[in-house]
Amino acid sequence: MSLTRDISRAIRSTLVLWILTAVLYPFAMLSFGQIAFSNQANGSLIRNAGGTVIGSALIGQPFESDRYFNSRPSTTSYSTADPNNDANSILKTGVSGASNYAPSNPELQKRVQSEVERLKQAGIQPTADLVYTSGSSLDPHISVEAARAQVARISRVRNIEANKLELLITQHTEGRFLGIFGEPGVNVLRLNLALDQSNA
Amino acid sequence: MLQGWIQITLTLAIVVAITPLLGSYMARVYLHQRTLLDPILRPVERVIYALSGINIQESMTGWQYARSLLLSNLVMAILVYLIFMGQGFLPLNPTTLSAPTWDTALHTTISFVTNTNQQHYSGETTFSYFSQMMGLGFLMFTSAATGLAVGIAFIRGLTGRSLGNFYVDLTRSITRILLPLSIVGAVLLLMLGVPETLDGAAIATTLEGATQAIARGPVAHFEIIKELGENGGGFFAINSAHPFENPNAATNLIETVAMIAIPTSLIYTYGVFANNRKQAWLVYGMVFAIYLGFVIITAIGEYGGNPTINALLGTPQPNLEGKEVRFGWAQSALFAVTTTGTMCGAVNALIDSFMPPGGFVTLSNLFLQIVWGGQGTGTAYLFVYLILAVFVTGLMVGRTPEFLGRKIEKREVVLASFMVLLVHPILILIPGAIALQFPLGVNALAFPDQFAGISNPGFHGLSQVIYEYASAAANNGSGLEGLADSQPAATGLWWNLSASVALLGGRYIPIIALLLLADSLSRKQPVPETAGTLRTDTPLFTGVTAGVILILGALTFFPILALGPIAEAFSLGG
Repeated sequence: MSLTRDISRAIRSTLVLWILTAVLYPFAMLSFGQIAFSNQANGSLIRNAGGTVIGSALIGQPFESDRYFNSRPSTTSYSTADPNNDANSILKTGVSGASNYAPSNPELQKRVQSEVERLKQAGIQPTADLVYTSGSSLDPHISVEAARAQVARISRVRNIEANKLELLITQHTEGRFLGIFGEPGVNVLRLNLALDQSNA
Repeated sequence: MLQGWIQITLTLAIVVAITPLLGSYMARVYLHQRTLLDPILRPVERVIYALSGINIQESMTGWQYARSLLLSNLVMAILVYLIFMGQGFLPLNPTTLSAPTWDTALHTTISFVTNTNQQHYSGETTFSYFSQMMGLGFLMFTSAATGLAVGIAFIRGLTGRSLGNFYVDLTRSITRILLPLSIVGAVLLLMLGVPETLDGAAIATTLEGATQAIARGPVAHFEIIKELGENGGGFFAINSAHPFENPNAATNLIETVAMIAIPTSLIYTYGVFANNRKQAWLVYGMVFAIYLGFVIITAIGEYGGNPTINALLGTPQPNLEGKEVRFGWAQSALFAVTTTGTMCGAVNALIDSFMPPGGFVTLSNLFLQIVWGGQGTGTAYLFVYLILAVFVTGLMVGRTPEFLGRKIEKREVVLASFMVLLVHPILILIPGAIALQFPLGVNALAFPDQFAGISNPGFHGLSQVIYEYASAAANNGSGLEGLADSQPAATGLWWNLSASVALLGGRYIPIIALLLLADSLSRKQPVPETAGTLRTDTPLFTGVTAGVILILGALTFFPILALGPIAEAFSLGG
């Protein structure tokens, strides 16, 4: 077989398969997603009464104040930045990232040490998820124990009964898939939204 | 803890249950027997063959098969490289990204065309939707199909058939296996929350008043072929840990099963081709036992947590550094072992932050390459080990080594030992030694102690460097991502170029050797089975094969394991 025929066949088959897998397939899925599941397809965004986007049901936010249930520590501050001082163009694209600290890295111990001290000062019993940074830096969840550990503080600051907060935590806990797979987690954004509504 | 083991057990049970179904379906596809989708796919394939100038009757020799494969992969690579370099002018670029540096584009192209998907970049900040969908997404299909074609050609040769036609196998792998399963999977992922949009990042004002950028994109269709094709290249920087790639335990289950389904089932496909399902299940059982052992070792390490951190917490708690709450220790450990064993390379938790047992297992997976192994090629490697085991036992008991009635002679042993024993260690250890020996990168003189962009000090640094080359040479693509391997880091250029060598060598040298080996086996005159024939479908022989795999595959690399994860474990005192 001649080399010319071989090359022509390679080029033609590449282009045909490109149209099939890189044009027809993705655009079929895009159309399907936008028509049938437009909420999910566009990122499960949550809007306030005025229609402004306040977050995504799947993406965490950097809750740090005493009034809210706090999130896990994040290496990218949950892809937030100051719009007036965004030197790394974080707001242009959005980012994700992780510490990549090895278990033997002294920086990890230093960071956890200061996190443990901070939590203890706030009267929160440290749990693993509250001292370790997440994989994506956007983890929307904290463990149920981590949420319970913050009840006393929220109750004091917001003047809400503790058992009402416990109920909110239960309502916003996303359980295991089929009761078997994964770990239960409390969606922090949804919990804090409910907190704001119940207080208002 | 029990709950974690139950989830792992059930996931593995699903995988085993799928094996005979998908395995026999794939056998029907590659034996050109009737399948359910024939009425729809026959006309589609006829159009593809006609437009591409493919003659489906033509059967190829090993060299012809290899030549077609190399040429088509080269053309695909050129197309995608041009897409990357032109991304600044091309459409579907809502975040107005400019072209990446030439070396990042080159490394990424090579990494994706070799089914590796090693990423020296962050998806959301480097590649436009056009590049992701029409460059990376395209290679995810074709590189997986290329691997499947090699695997099936090898099985054909092993069982005395002619190798077939590369273009037909490439096309049918896509139209009959990868594309239909991807469509089903993409729909499921979409329903479960994975985005599929051409809009750019959404800007949100958080409850506390901060401004948050939520990266989005056409993720769902990309995500499923990423897992199914053992590709592993994340749409976002942080891969399947990102809530938009893998939002919940249901998507995680789909992704875990998707990445292991084809390599497990292909062993069953071999059983159908060889008409010896018993042998297929024995080999399957052997790999499964190694895989299960690895899962257990990793999961125990993660569950026990980090002793130095547990001392600060006051109680033993799982190691959640680089892990998501929704997956926890069990699903993260299972995912990590599966992704490195199957050469997928996607991660739902950061392997750099795993405890030393996890580091030991993931590195061992990359060294062995058969704990399911890469798409198509992994199964072929597995049977190469079987051939070597036949040879070794034949020498021990003084019988002529035969496999499936075909004599194993010098040419076969040279090809098998060359590609299994030599190529892999050469591509990992030599560049690894260079990277560890010299300060690299443009500011090497200013920071002479910063070797090779290592980010974690001590024993773990050795693991980071060797892992990068092992991942490249095994065409896995995962990494100990603290390593400064991306532009604009000073060591970015070194890593892009040196890893490219390992990627290309680790892909195409074994593929050519596998095809030649299959060719020479297919031409042999079968010898009749006698009482003196060494049976290869017995538990004893399978056990010997496991020994050969551990001795030949693992011992070469044992010093690395000893000085990396094992030493790190002792230093933690855990």
